[in-house]
Amino acid sequence: MIAAFANVYRTLFGLELAALFQYRAAMAIWLLGLMLQPLIHLVVWLTVAASKGGRVGDFDSGALAGYFLAVMFVNHVTFTWHMFEMGWRVRSGFYNSILVQPLHPWHRDVLQNAAYKVLTLAVVGPALALLAWYFEPRLDPPLWAALAFAPVLALAFLLRFLFEWAVGLLAFWITDTSGLNALYLGLGMVLMGGLAPLSLLPGWLEAAASYSPFRWMLAFPVELILGRLTPDQAVNGVLAQGAWLAAGAAVIHFGWSRASARYGAVGN
Amino acid sequence: MAALTCESLSKTYRVPERDPGLWNAARSLVRRRHREVEAVREVSFSVEPGEIVGFLGPNGAGKTTALKMLSGLLNPTSGRARVLGFEPFRRQREFLRQITLVMGNRNQLVWDLPVADSFERNRAIYRLEAGDFRRTVDELTELLELGELLRKPVRNLSLGERMKCEIAVALLHRPRVLFLDEPTLGLDVTMQRRIRAFVAGHNRASGATVLLTSHYMADVEALCERVVVIHHGQLLFDGALSELVRRFSPHKTIVVDLEREDPGLAAFGDDVRVDGSRATLTVPKAEAAQVTARLLAELPVADLTVAEPPIEEVIEQVFRQQAAAPGPGP
Repeated sequence: MIAAFANVYRTLFGLELAALFQYRAAMAIWLLGLMLQPLIHLVVWLTVAASKGGRVGDFDSGALAGYFLAVMFVNHVTFTWHMFEMGWRVRSGFYNSILVQPLHPWHRDVLQNAAYKVLTLAVVGPALALLAWYFEPRLDPPLWAALAFAPVLALAFLLRFLFEWAVGLLAFWITDTSGLNALYLGLGMVLMGGLAPLSLLPGWLEAAASYSPFRWMLAFPVELILGRLTPDQAVNGVLAQGAWLAAGAAVIHFGWSRASARYGAVGN
Repeated sequence: MAALTCESLSKTYRVPERDPGLWNAARSLVRRRHREVEAVREVSFSVEPGEIVGFLGPNGAGKTTALKMLSGLLNPTSGRARVLGFEPFRRQREFLRQITLVMGNRNQLVWDLPVADSFERNRAIYRLEAGDFRRTVDELTELLELGELLRKPVRNLSLGERMKCEIAVALLHRPRVLFLDEPTLGLDVTMQRRIRAFVAGHNRASGATVLLTSHYMADVEALCERVVVIHHGQLLFDGALSELVRRFSPHKTIVVDLEREDPGLAAFGDDVRVDGSRATLTVPKAEAAQVTARLLAELPVADLTVAEPPIEEVIEQVFRQQAAAPGPGP
């Protein structure tokens, strides 16, 4: 059973990689867009810091550079696009061919996402090294935090994937979800800490982020690798990730059967 | 046990509608209007294992909706469907492994990759044993002449080439139940014949059950002994193709070639079409023998054939009768 499933994953992962090789230019442009956004935020915040004597809150220029370069990396690993893809599949009837195959669409999307990340990290890695050389970021993670980073990042990926897949399910009810997706991403980027470190936001907004799943998708792994968390805070963060993962999995488990029951199977 | 059964199967869509124009578009933002469309109404029939059944009806009759319910894509509004003992809509893995749905806008192929990669993907998804997979690919490759196509990216295939590959990829796992919705659409005559031969061969060899819709009556005549006809979502006829012809076509067609043109042909019936020395007469079945005898006796006949009307005409007749007398059919 496990061997058969591993074979499915291995084959589909290879084919997803092969498909990505077909559109190198498009992928390069996507990557540029993905990296440009945190870079712009970094430059803006460095300018703000320079105008305030070199610091904003408890972030100096090295910490700000560290924060936004870490955001660039974590955001790259964790971002997904399946909300938009799912809306298109419902509207176009593309799910017709997916739903009659004995493989839950979830697996296909995970593999597509993972293949994209693996391939593009080969570009993002050197680009980050170049930016690090230029901006001189400061990252001071203790050994335990550095070791915990990879599993925390994996949990953050799963968490973001689950929630965005759950939001994507709304396409079965409201068909055109592009506005909803934009709202989710706009709000999400603020609460994830993508626009600014959460400690620089108003207190109520930082608290809202902590009570939402968003903090644990981006800001938490970033703060961990910067060395800004105590072991207790890190453990609490992992527990929060676990709790939100369970909630997201429950939403998908119950949501998928209801969503697919509404599927109109347009097209012929 | 039947391979598939439908009991009072119904599907009603709720469709948004509005009048044309900017003002109506703006109004629909506030007040939405919906209409209920009964795509399939209380349809009941069953298909035994190994049967090939033609599922006929005009565009919009509800054929594709019924196929989508039977393959698990659509949730019925009411009624019950069972396929191979499974409730299709639950889409259990064991059920999906044993069926295939081939539809008009087939898209099981990966657009950006060579066809062989799509085959490989289905091998993994359906967990096909390597030897079986290779044998099936070889068989399909030979039968459908796919050799050159397997290494071509799907996006570079012509429509007909893509159709062949879509059909092949849908059959790789040798399904026990095939739902074929216009499987020969877009194919040339030779390829249509090959697809028909493959479906018939697959049916003979594996005992697979086939439910087929097609606007090409050659597909239906070649493959189906039994047809189910639906119109406006309702079942009109379920029985042997020959019975359909007998019941709905009260006429026979007599084609007569004369040694020379003869104006006397007009006296042999109300529906006489003359094309030079050839004439086609449509006469009531009961009178066919008598008219034939008179033709042979009174005219210089070089050749004469008596035939049932083409199946397309019979189907048209079924729908005309339905339009004239709406309501559930036989």
